[in-house]
Amino acid sequence: MTEQPGAAIIDLRRVCKAFARPSGEPLTVLADINVSLRDGEILGLLGRSGSGKSTLLRIAGGLVTPTSGEVLYRGTPLAGPAEGIAVVFQTFALFPWLTVLENVEAGLDAIGLSRPEARRRAQSAIDLIGLDGFQSAYPRELSGGMRQRVGFARAIVIEPLVLLMDEPFSALDVLTAETLRTDFLDLWTEHQLPTKSVLLVTHNIEEAVLMCDRILVLSSNPGRIAAEIPVPLAHPRNRLDGAFRGIVDEIYSILTSRAIASIKAQGEVHGGLAQALPPASVNQISGLIETLAAAPHAGHAELGEIAGSLTFEVDDLFPIAEALHILEFAELGEGRLKLTASGRVFARSGTQDRKRLFNEHLLKFVPLAAHIRRVLDEREGHHAPRVRFESELEDHLIRRDAERTLRTIIGWGRYAELFEYDDKARLFRAIGPGNA
Amino acid sequence: MEHHAEVLGGGVWRQRIPNWRDLVIAILALALLILIGSGARQMVAPFVAAQQPEITLSPEVLPLYAVRTTIRMLAALVASLIFTFTYATLAAKSRRAEMVLIPLLDVLQSVPILGYLSFTVLFFVSLFPDTVLGPELAAIFAIFTSQAWNMAFSLYQSLRTVPQDLDEASRSFRFSAWQRFWRLEVPFAMPGLLWNMMMSMSGGWFFVVASEAIAVGDLQINLPGIGSYVARAIEERDLGAVAWAIVAMGATIFVYDQLLFRPLVAWADKFRVEQTAASIVPRAWVLDLFRRTRWLKRAGDAVGSATAIAARARLSLPSNVRALIAPLAPRPRVADLLWYGLVLAAMGYVVKTLLGFAGAELSWNDASIAFENGGLTMLRVAVLVALATVVWVPIGVAVGLRPRLAEKVQPAAQLLAAFPANLLFPIAVFLILRFDLAPKIWLSPLMILGTQWYILFNVIAGATAFPSDFREAAASFRIGGWRWWREVMLPGIFPYYVTGAITASGGAWNASIVSEAVSWGPTKLSASGLGAYIAEMTEAGDFPRIALGIAVMSMLVIATNRLLWRPLYAFAERRTRLD
Repeated sequence: MTEQPGAAIIDLRRVCKAFARPSGEPLTVLADINVSLRDGEILGLLGRSGSGKSTLLRIAGGLVTPTSGEVLYRGTPLAGPAEGIAVVFQTFALFPWLTVLENVEAGLDAIGLSRPEARRRAQSAIDLIGLDGFQSAYPRELSGGMRQRVGFARAIVIEPLVLLMDEPFSALDVLTAETLRTDFLDLWTEHQLPTKSVLLVTHNIEEAVLMCDRILVLSSNPGRIAAEIPVPLAHPRNRLDGAFRGIVDEIYSILTSRAIASIKAQGEVHGGLAQALPPASVNQISGLIETLAAAPHAGHAELGEIAGSLTFEVDDLFPIAEALHILEFAELGEGRLKLTASGRVFARSGTQDRKRLFNEHLLKFVPLAAHIRRVLDEREGHHAPRVRFESELEDHLIRRDAERTLRTIIGWGRYAELFEYDDKARLFRAIGPGNA
Repeated sequence: MEHHAEVLGGGVWRQRIPNWRDLVIAILALALLILIGSGARQMVAPFVAAQQPEITLSPEVLPLYAVRTTIRMLAALVASLIFTFTYATLAAKSRRAEMVLIPLLDVLQSVPILGYLSFTVLFFVSLFPDTVLGPELAAIFAIFTSQAWNMAFSLYQSLRTVPQDLDEASRSFRFSAWQRFWRLEVPFAMPGLLWNMMMSMSGGWFFVVASEAIAVGDLQINLPGIGSYVARAIEERDLGAVAWAIVAMGATIFVYDQLLFRPLVAWADKFRVEQTAASIVPRAWVLDLFRRTRWLKRAGDAVGSATAIAARARLSLPSNVRALIAPLAPRPRVADLLWYGLVLAAMGYVVKTLLGFAGAELSWNDASIAFENGGLTMLRVAVLVALATVVWVPIGVAVGLRPRLAEKVQPAAQLLAAFPANLLFPIAVFLILRFDLAPKIWLSPLMILGTQWYILFNVIAGATAFPSDFREAAASFRIGGWRWWREVMLPGIFPYYVTGAITASGGAWNASIVSEAVSWGPTKLSASGLGAYIAEMTEAGDFPRIALGIAVMSMLVIATNRLLWRPLYAFAERRTRLD
């Protein structure tokens, strides 16, 4: 939008959020966040899963209290959900026992309107959102898209100043999501909504560029604001437009440089044991290598391009790209992915050769794999309990990442025939000469 | 009030004329009112222990007896609902109350139901000394104790597991606590609560016989009803009258199932949270009839909108009052300490009193006798559950894999579970006497007679839900025989089986009091065991030993639940997850 950004409606100042953990030290999900949601804008919060973006939205809505820092709503501190703030949920959060009309009216309960007045306002919200004719239906009778329309109607019926949207389109199929986005943008640009500003949480880069006036990119563990990107494009926006693609690529670059930096930083300390491995399966790794090697990419591609052609979102693509980078089958940088020489060899090889190559790379580039192998070789009986590695990893990683890293290394190690893992006994075993 | 949803056929004018369905409903309602009224009037009649109404065995009295029994059960159900809504809500809302109430509920539900009766009947009789209301209340209370606990647990569980997104939505709409309760929590809890109400109603029948013909020490009370009719029939050794009672009870169960529970189930279907359309929608002719009536539907809508208005009301303290109160509340830390102190003091007092009471009346010898008997009953329960498993698992699987057969067998199994098995006891006793069998062995099956069906219908449900692609995979790899059972089917139905077995064994414990000591006219058969022990002590009016027996039984039940069933259940849940 070309208008001057207005005054801040919601102001988050030095907000931190930490959750208590049974193990003792708290888990910090958001660190030192400063965000202003201004009058007249759609602000995007973009990040990978685990970046705390949904928590941030809940803090802005008064649903979650920050551990430190303050939240100002129209200049006064926010204590709990306030009048004029409405939330649209990823899972729709409709009451299954209420009809569409009753669900929309439920949003008005707290205001204490008279019944006819509530009915009138609900009806007009339903008309606006395109739900006419569905009033008496129960949510379970509706398709996902229609359910989310009810979610929107229920939010705007209270005529909110601020609309907080938590990945509102991510539970929908591609076509339905696009229809709902366009419909919403039409209402927004034509000023048919009473709403002054919108906070949109998403992990879909194109969605953010399509809808937002300003995008905040969040980094993970703990969530911080990594970059702020203005989107000075007029609505309706064209996904194929050069400027549009430019912004998408810029965001990919920011995310890749963050990813590379964190891979590098983790690899350099504690003998590489602090390196969190991404949740990418061997099949996904092979698939991405093959896609990259094949036409039209011929060995290198923009991440945005691959994501578009595979209809992948950030959370789907990045872990696999990172795995390729860590295993040095490809190089990640500047929002691009480029196969290395051995990556090309991998793409051409048959099953057994692939396994051999994977084994070599695993031992060479993943310190944890080499470490497990060494321990198994040294120990009598050539086996080691899972807890042993678990506790080693937890010295450097948070529990969730340690758990995920172990799961990944088990998958990779099994494929590379580096070791065996017995889940019942929770035991790693060397593949001896006898049973190889 | 507008109704966008339904455009009824015909104009506004025609809607004022009642239709034939109104007439049917009106007759039904009037008949019910008259029956309930006449039954209720007799319940407050004067009571003199020596001059009680004679219980006759002629079948003509059975309809009225059935009505009086049903009224008692429904009264108990209402009481259970009130208890559920207060107790479970308090436990779910207050962390401090939860700490005390939930373990207490665990103990309460493991206490054998007849245990309550022997302790409370004197209290109720003394509360209303001159009317029959005292014994009536004692009977209702006994039935209540067989109904309330699982309902309270169900509501508590639901309140604790409200889906997070709905919880956040209600908070972001700033629902008051009252609105939240009626808009979110109660609807969410409704299907589970209703299912438990039906289970409770079935469970209640089992103890109707015991609660209507009360004999504690010297006090003998017979309240007109199906239960006392059966008791009388047993006394008179009249098998024909027992058969009449079985017929009357079957008819009663059928009637209230059709008139009450089916409509409720069909109505509550909308509270299911799963967002997929169900393939089978529960239907009930009474509800359909009601929804199609004209006048009554209008009256129903009026009630509906009145309750909707009540649920929409905020009913919370104005914010300035709350701001005034807030600083007065003690700091959470201090309040916690105060609370813990209070709970500890109360527990100390109770333990001290109990020890004093037990020390004066009981010896270690008594305890060892009670535990010996407990061991015997435990052995019986274990053997019987194992036997029922061997019989019903293969049959349940066979039925469950044939969907069309399962559709027919499933309701029958549920009806059998609802049928009070103790009505069949006289027949069993008759047979045991006739063929001169050993009571220690042949009385045992009576314990599981009523509860074995839970194993059957849970296994059927498990086999029905078993993914057909697994079955097809097993078939295509030609996995058959014992391997098929061990590797394919048994792991698939295991969680369902565990659910059924828990209910069956719990029920068997409870039934032991009734089934380990039975009589047929003057002949008394005892299988010994904890149930027989408690029954004998009740007859003798020996309160310290009744209490001891009950305490031992609760301990054993809680121990089996904690040490066997809960770990098994957790294991079943872990094993069958794919991720």
